Amino acid sequence: MNRPSPAGKVLLFGTCLADAVFPDAGMASIRLLENCGFQVAYPLEQGCCGQPAYNSGFPDEARAVALAQVKAFAGSDAPVVVPSGSCAGMLRHHYPALFEGRPELFEVLAFSARVREFCEFLAEAAPTLPDSGPPVRAVWHSSCHALRETGSTPAAKALLRALPGVELVELAREWECCGFGGTFSVKRPEISAAMVRDKVEDVLAARADVLLTADCGCLLNITSAAQRMGRPVRGMHVAEFLWERVSGTASTQQPATRAGEANHGR
Amino acid sequence: MAADSFDFPAALAKALADPQIAGNFKSALGGLRGKRLALFADPAELARLRATGKALKGRTLSRLPELLVQLEANCTRNGIRVHWAETTEEANRIVLSILRAHGADTVVKGKSMVSEEMGLNHFLEEHGVTPVETDLGEFIIQLAHQPPSHITAPALHMNRKQVAELFSKCIPDTPYTEDVLELNAIARRVLREKFRTAKAGLSGVNFAVAETGSLVLVENEGNGRMSTHCPDVHIALMGLEKVVEKLEHLPPLMRLLTGSATGQLLSTYVNVVSGPRGPHELDGPREVHLVILDNGRSNMFQDAELSGSLRCIRCGACLNNCPVYSRLGGHAYGSVYPGPIGSVITPQMEGLDAKGDLSFASSLCGACEEVCPVMIPLARHLRRIRSECEAAPGQGLVRGRGAKRCAVKTLGWRLWAFVERRPWLRERLLALAARLTGRWTPAVGPLAAWSQARTLPKLARKSLRQRVREEGVRHG
Ligand code: SF4
Repeated sequence: MNRPSPAGKVLLFGTCLADAVFPDAGMASIRLLENCGFQVAYPLEQGCCGQPAYNSGFPDEARAVALAQVKAFAGSDAPVVVPSGSCAGMLRHHYPALFEGRPELFEVLAFSARVREFCEFLAEAAPTLPDSGPPVRAVWHSSCHALRETGSTPAAKALLRALPGVELVELAREWECCGFGGTFSVKRPEISAAMVRDKVEDVLAARADVLLTADCGCLLNITSAAQRMGRPVRGMHVAEFLWERVSGTASTQQPATRAGEANHGR
Repeated sequence: MAADSFDFPAALAKALADPQIAGNFKSALGGLRGKRLALFADPAELARLRATGKALKGRTLSRLPELLVQLEANCTRNGIRVHWAETTEEANRIVLSILRAHGADTVVKGKSMVSEEMGLNHFLEEHGVTPVETDLGEFIIQLAHQPPSHITAPALHMNRKQVAELFSKCIPDTPYTEDVLELNAIARRVLREKFRTAKAGLSGVNFAVAETGSLVLVENEGNGRMSTHCPDVHIALMGLEKVVEKLEHLPPLMRLLTGSATGQLLSTYVNVVSGPRGPHELDGPREVHLVILDNGRSNMFQDAELSGSLRCIRCGACLNNCPVYSRLGGHAYGSVYPGPIGSVITPQMEGLDAKGDLSFASSLCGACEEVCPVMIPLARHLRRIRSECEAAPGQGLVRGRGAKRCAVKTLGWRLWAFVERRPWLRERLLALAARLTGRWTPAVGPLAAWSQARTLPKLARKSLRQRVREEGVRHG
């Protein structure tokens, strides 16, 4: 690291999607933070952030699950780092709204104030990372919540731009939602499908070797739609991508050979 | 547009299958978005302006009843006759009786979304009065017998070619032309005659100033001015949230309105109607009526949270930036107000049983909130409407509370919450699911819908929880 490592304790909120489908993204987040000198812990009592219920019209269920997260991370002042703009937005901005006027509010506020989106946190701790990977052209997809709630998109891009081997290209319609929206993709599949197809076109038009994002939901949505369309896109969570390059395990394979495999569930 | 006959999924399918919608909307909305961005180029200034807009409208709302009384008193003093309508039916009757009192069989109309909300044209036609839309967009869709597809640009769904065809087919002695100037001239020729001969004119209201009792109309074509000044009678329609406190509050609000709608610094015309023609004045209507419509708004006003939606100044920016609206167009929403703001206010006006579904037509991406000039928390309102749809019937201010509630769904979410609070159970269930299905999640339930356009998610061989334990990460 070109910067003194800020030793300190950090708790990872891994997200339920990383747990079930993208554990590599979660492990990479942990290893990167450790590499920066942090003592990382992953409280086993954690679960989903509650957003699916919250957005579906079930605030009571969302509150119950939210409170379980607040408890799982209690007993420490350590930052809660979240490798997802969407979940970070939920924990940081929506929890206080969800508990407005309730006795738990102060406990929840104290928790929410500790929440940091992963890229934002990392960019502050280690603005430049060592890069041992081969040259690669990457396209960045920003989740809506990273863009509009946590505001962590510039930090993510700055991290990538600081890597000598990475050429970062941006999507023509970056501002536009990929259509995942959690339960939206199953509640209104017709609209969601139209949105994600356009997003895939946009990604393909960028002619990049790899699609990067800090949100597993978007990643799953875009890569699965691309695969379904018969035009696979190689996608990765940014933490995994960064860790490969920092640790020297980045693939030197030609991207074409990996293009057939949607990067989930490995 | 009968509320009970609205089939949202069918309307969605139709809209998504129509390549013209996708084409017309994408290009038109792209243009509007670009213009807005160009006008509000300085983020700090925009932030200040939006905060001002929010504060001004919020302050108005906090004193709404009082300001409406003040508006009525000052309008009356100015000679404007004020009518109150609780329902659209009542408002329609008021308009009709004014027209009848003057023997008007034709009324020239400037743009008014409230008149669309009332279904006024249909009502008047049924009662022997011909409404003539004079805003170019409204004129076009009236010829096509269609409702508006956008709040500020009603004919946004049509392209030049479609308009050319419509004009040559519906207006006598009109040759086919795609020339925009010529098309404008044709509409002008038809409308001038109407302005000259109509006994009554009708308009909407963008802002009604309580302090002075004046009605402010923002427009670009001059047809609003013609409709409100040429005929002897002018009827103005407004929703009760259109009141503002003072004249000096208008500049920031108008800047936000025109800037958010079309990227204009100021609209071509700003009409301030402060009463009928005075004894020594040469023009203007001899009678001015103001109809103030409630139609569910006082209900919204009483809801501490949802009353935020009454700040709306109907600029349409949330539509222009909505990825859902831009793919569906306005007609698919089956209601007068489409897009994010429509999905918030329509269920409140027409009830959750009829229109609650609209609140689910959003990915909650927040693009609408990001641009809303008066900072309405649209995503938050949509969530609230969703929870009203699913809540137990009984309390709650939104009509039709609990309309979408179903025992299986409720039980499903309870089970989900039960499992998510027990991570060890979740881990076991995931492992079981992976064993049973070979890691491919089965295409049942919600995943069936997901898999229409995507391959199914594949569960990881080992969950993150497992890896954390096995690979020596602290987990205390
Ligand atoms: S909700 Fe906001 S953005 Fe949408 S029309 Fe109203 S004022 Fe404009």
